Amino acid sequence: MANGLANGHNHGDNAEYYSLRAQAMQALLIEKGICTLDDILTMADKIDSRSPEDGAKILAHAWVDPEYKKRLLADAESAFLELGYDLPETSPKITVIENTDEVHSMAVCTLCSCFPRAIIGRPPAWYKGLAYRSKVVVDPRGVLKEFGTELDESVQVRVIDSSADYRYLILPKRPAGTEGMSEEDLAKLITQDSMIGVGLALSPESVKAG
Amino acid sequence: MPKVHDRGGWPNDDPIDPDEHEMEEWERQVDALNGVLGDKGLKNTDQLRRAIESLDLKTYETLAYYEKWTAAMEMLLVEQGVMTKEEIDAKFDELKQAKL
Amino acid sequence: MASDQAAKFKIGDQVRIRVGVPPTHFRTPEYIQGKQGRIDTLWGAYPNPESLAYGGDGLPAQPLYQVEFAQTDLWRDYKGAANDKLLIDVYENWLENI
Repeated sequence: MANGLANGHNHGDNAEYYSLRAQAMQALLIEKGICTLDDILTMADKIDSRSPEDGAKILAHAWVDPEYKKRLLADAESAFLELGYDLPETSPKITVIENTDEVHSMAVCTLCSCFPRAIIGRPPAWYKGLAYRSKVVVDPRGVLKEFGTELDESVQVRVIDSSADYRYLILPKRPAGTEGMSEEDLAKLITQDSMIGVGLALSPESVKAG
Repeated sequence: MPKVHDRGGWPNDDPIDPDEHEMEEWERQVDALNGVLGDKGLKNTDQLRRAIESLDLKTYETLAYYEKWTAAMEMLLVEQGVMTKEEIDAKFDELKQAKL
Repeated sequence: MASDQAAKFKIGDQVRIRVGVPPTHFRTPEYIQGKQGRIDTLWGAYPNPESLAYGGDGLPAQPLYQVEFAQTDLWRDYKGAANDKLLIDVYENWLENI
């Protein structure tokens, strides 16, 4: 069993204590009229409403529509809005970075867990964990290998540390052999890993086999 | 020596654990509560980060993600005078009793 | 918020990251401190997290830049391609002229 400390999810005595502690604070906030349970559940649903599928939909559209792709790369949030994705005012800024044959970008938040949540939902546990945050800046190609991705030396690897007000969504390279595929099917190739940059988009063969 | 949260390049030989963490309901609500308190202007992301960064090394490395958020949130709510530690302790004991 | 015209640096400028580990909250990791990079993007000005973290208003807003580093400048024995880069967003108060 992998060392839970790597991701800091060591669920045992701590979990019981902290879950009760959180519930106590929540109960007090409600008792004091600072918020309602409905406020909390509505917010939870709102957060849940974004998942990697939303990102995949947007990025697949960029694959098929070169003019849309240009707009997405120039001003992601306006382009999101075109497809009906209205980011909350309080959301950090999101920008889209394109991966190509020459350049492969990958995102991290070494200081905490900054992630383009408002468009693709919560980050995976490993992204928030110490191993990824420590290793990806100093050995990105080693990390890519851990994820089963190997890039030629001629491809420039660019690690982006989201340390401030911007969040980065990677537009993965469109795989070969996908000409003529529908947007819906193309979206299935765009995984959460590829939108972070630790992996490439899936090949159409791998999706058919799976 | 970097601060506990400043992890870029920190020596680490652990494999990246791909296991996904199934979110418990209390964690989902802590996540949401963070957003609600933010929208009400009672806290911001920078304060939460600052509170998490004040945890000692062992705590920072041991606690799960939302456990850290909970610890940080308690610090902030008490700091702001929204509630006292004693109130939280009392409600905690009440809830614990109710579970028995 | 301050416009880009108020920004001290422009794209292409070489900058060094200030060295410092204040006891208070800040967003400049140690692995880039003291290192030299190139201004890649101007993001405009944003409220200063060092003040926001304590309930302050974050003003005056700090121009924010994306700085590009050669990985071989950041890490001794970097295990990757010579041309690999690292990019990170840094507030103006952490940037020095070369």
